[in-house]
Amino acid sequence: MEFGTYLWTTFAAFVILATFSFLYKDNPFYKFAEHLVVGVSAGYFVIILWHNGLVPNLFHRLADGDWYLLWMNSSKPWYIIPAILGVLMWTRFSKKYSWVSRWPLAVYIGVGTGLAIPLEMSNRVNKQLYAAMAEIDWSNFWGSRFLDVSAGYSDIIIFVGAIAALIYFFFSKAHTGVFGGVATFGIWILMIGFGASFGYTVMARISLFINRIQYMDNYWVQTAFDTSNPNFHAGFQILFWLLVAVLILYIVREIMAHLKTKAQQG
Amino acid sequence: MNIFDRMMLLDRRWVFLSLVIVCVVSYIIPFQIPIMVTDEVESIYDMIDTLPEGEIVLLAMDFDPSLLAELQPMTYAMAEHAFRKNLKVIFVTLSQNGPGMVDQAIREVADSVRLDRTYNGVFYKGKEIVNGEDYTFLGYKPYFALIILGMGQNFRIPFPSDYYGTALDSIPMMKGVLNYDQVACVVDICGGNVVDAWISYGQGRYNFKLALGMTGVMAADYYPYLNSGQVVGIMGGLLGAAEYEQLTDNAGLAKDGMRVQVFAHLLIILFILMGNIGYFMSQRDKRKLGR
Repeated sequence: MEFGTYLWTTFAAFVILATFSFLYKDNPFYKFAEHLVVGVSAGYFVIILWHNGLVPNLFHRLADGDWYLLWMNSSKPWYIIPAILGVLMWTRFSKKYSWVSRWPLAVYIGVGTGLAIPLEMSNRVNKQLYAAMAEIDWSNFWGSRFLDVSAGYSDIIIFVGAIAALIYFFFSKAHTGVFGGVATFGIWILMIGFGASFGYTVMARISLFINRIQYMDNYWVQTAFDTSNPNFHAGFQILFWLLVAVLILYIVREIMAHLKTKAQQG
Repeated sequence: MNIFDRMMLLDRRWVFLSLVIVCVVSYIIPFQIPIMVTDEVESIYDMIDTLPEGEIVLLAMDFDPSLLAELQPMTYAMAEHAFRKNLKVIFVTLSQNGPGMVDQAIREVADSVRLDRTYNGVFYKGKEIVNGEDYTFLGYKPYFALIILGMGQNFRIPFPSDYYGTALDSIPMMKGVLNYDQVACVVDICGGNVVDAWISYGQGRYNFKLALGMTGVMAADYYPYLNSGQVVGIMGGLLGAAEYEQLTDNAGLAKDGMRVQVFAHLLIILFILMGNIGYFMSQRDKRKLGR
């Protein structure tokens, strides 16, 4: 591991702990980590957009033209049009000329809508309808596939469940009698769906924490404590533990203050 | 205040602290858990595994570092699987903070592929994967829907050069590769609404084989696309990644993480039970007092 990597890995380990300190309560260490992430992300995005977007897709394509002719003599002069539209977006900062920014927005929304409507309708509505109304293979209901829910029953469950869930959102008729019963079944179907999402969400949140443990173990503990590494430097250990000590002292101070307030309240 | 009232008033920070202790302890203790492979992950594995050598896989890594925990393991497992099978990979990212992670993923997978390994009883000799011959990294461009549509016409329209600044026409692997027609399948590993664009504007319009790897939060919402046949398979969260690692016989971060998940989930179930018991018993006590 190189010297710089050592330093940044040690710093990253501290930032991880600073972030998790929010679980106790909001504090300056967490604020620092939060602002650092937002700042680094924004800065990174700007640079990536410049080098991966504007340079190859605009400047290189207009490079064979001359700036004093507004690149109109380049081999692909039409690329100046989106560039101008992009610049016009900046008129948002002027009260007097902000209306001009509606032009590029109109083009963007027009193109976006034109592309989206047929494709979204076809792929996210029609194909889902076809799948929900799939022909049921009745042969799956007996024999070896009798208890295979993915074969026969699921098509019926999906169809009935979809109709029941839709009925729940139909408010033009009172949810009473048979209609109310179907709507209640629709709620159950929705709850099963939410339950599946909740289960996955719990797993996702735990995954985030596990990954940080793995990072601390694989990238920091196993390398920063490796004295056989020629770049091993005790200074990083001292720096890290000093930062951690400050963090712990802060939380302990907060806990003591909390307990004191509680005791005073009786 | 009885025990049930105390259960209802438990400070959430005790829950966090318990979870931290359970996760750290179960991470430190070495043990394995069985991973049951589902059909939706196996179909992705089969799709990659049965491709002939030299075919091209487009691997879209459309996620930010905040989702790295769930999506990085499946990316690594899939990329290594593809390289070990002598497939070529086009990497692309439609997430603004993605390029650095893709670059890192390529380097780390290349380090792993350099080693001799035996997976599922098959010996794979270590090899060097070369930029431009074994893989191409197109980089990032904004407005994902337009980029997905653009790549369907010609990769060179949105990506005249790769991430490292080499013109696509100068890259050996990209010779004769115009659009999705020359790509065997697309795998989108994503953590946002980019996946909707891949389904609508990509698969829906250009009709290529699409497989999805996604965060656990999203996974349940995309099963209807599996049922309709619009996607080949779905890898949901760390579990999906662990299943893929199980299939490739290449244990990594996901399988390592799933053993921790077991105890974390048991603890959460315990807290859910405590909360419910506390709620119903305190309600019962209130009703009694009301009488």
